[in-house]
Amino acid sequence: MKLPPHRRDPLRIAAAVQRLSGLALALFLPAHFLVLGLAIESPEALDSFLSLTQNPVVKVAEIGLVLLLGLHFFGGLRLLAVEFLPWSPRQKTYAAGALAAAITLSCCFLLSVTG
Amino acid sequence: MTDTLQVDIWRGDTNGGSYSRYAVPAQESQTILDVVTWVQRHAEPGLAYRFACRVGMCGSCAMMVNGAPRWTCRTHVRKASKDGKLTIAPLRNMPVVKDLVCDMAEFFDKWIKAGSVFTPTETRNDPMAAIKPDEPDRMNANAAIECINCGVCYAGCDTVEANPDYLGPAALNRAWTLVNDRRDGAGSERLSTISKAGGCHSCHTHQSCAALCPNLLNPTASIAGLKRKTAKAALGLGTRR
Ligand code: SF4
Ligand code: SF4
Ligand code: FES
Repeated sequence: MKLPPHRRDPLRIAAAVQRLSGLALALFLPAHFLVLGLAIESPEALDSFLSLTQNPVVKVAEIGLVLLLGLHFFGGLRLLAVEFLPWSPRQKTYAAGALAAAITLSCCFLLSVTG
Repeated sequence: MTDTLQVDIWRGDTNGGSYSRYAVPAQESQTILDVVTWVQRHAEPGLAYRFACRVGMCGSCAMMVNGAPRWTCRTHVRKASKDGKLTIAPLRNMPVVKDLVCDMAEFFDKWIKAGSVFTPTETRNDPMAAIKPDEPDRMNANAAIECINCGVCYAGCDTVEANPDYLGPAALNRAWTLVNDRRDGAGSERLSTISKAGGCHSCHTHQSCAALCPNLLNPTASIAGLKRKTAKAALGLGTRR
């Protein structure tokens, strides 16, 4: 799918990433709480569910999740800076920095789960 | 570069329409407005479009060119198309009157809604206000003041598309210049109007407006300034005017 020309600017894409990562995290959270809730209702069910996380597919999904979290967190800091700090002309540098920080975070996670 | 450009121009009115294709001779340093004018003079005398100054001053010639809003008198064909194919349509986010002419009434109504009219505190009999060029407020206004009302940013703003009440980048950018004008007396009303729904807080900080503005203005920066001012005013801080 090709982006329409008025949406191709890197900062416009950064704005879309912020929304989409937020949406994906919002969809994930209820499932997350549901699973955590198992700890109260039936610890055995939680344990058997958590054993799923040893599955490599689930591990890859977790890395994706950490990436989303990083993108949303660091991108959010960038937006707060845009709105509450004096204007800076280095917007694209900040967006690239947020992306780099998110990738670093998910790489750290990758190292910690494989190490 | 090809000898002939393949140009699709949107023809129609409020009830709809479709693209018509024209073969236009290519020329050196040809602008999109040159292309449209050629079509109107040689192929389609009934084609409706707007322009006035042809030098990027009046803001009347903006159209969608290959999907992006542009000032057509200062956009070279070379810049808009690599392969000699052009698709030209009326500006996005505005109703069409005919062909390439869109109805800008709402765009300008929103300027008024955003408090864009200067409200003087003094008369012509008072001495002229001494505003130094390097005062911070004056510098803020300076960065935002060269708007030619072309509507390019408005056509490129996805929030305008999604939220018909949103005042849009150009109107808010204008409001920002007045918020920084110490001769203006309507500051607090203006801030309260633009803090309402559809005002500066509806902006999603896409920065498309800043990327597209042909005069290199940055409406996002102006709107960020308004967000800070209105937030401060809501907290009872720094309401100088
Ligand atoms: S930054 Fe605000 S005004 Fe500019 S395109 Fe985005 S929503 Fe529209
Ligand atoms: S801010 Fe720029 S793009 Fe928007 S109307 Fe003014 S000159 Fe045109
Ligand atoms: S014709 Fe005046 S700005 Fe293009």
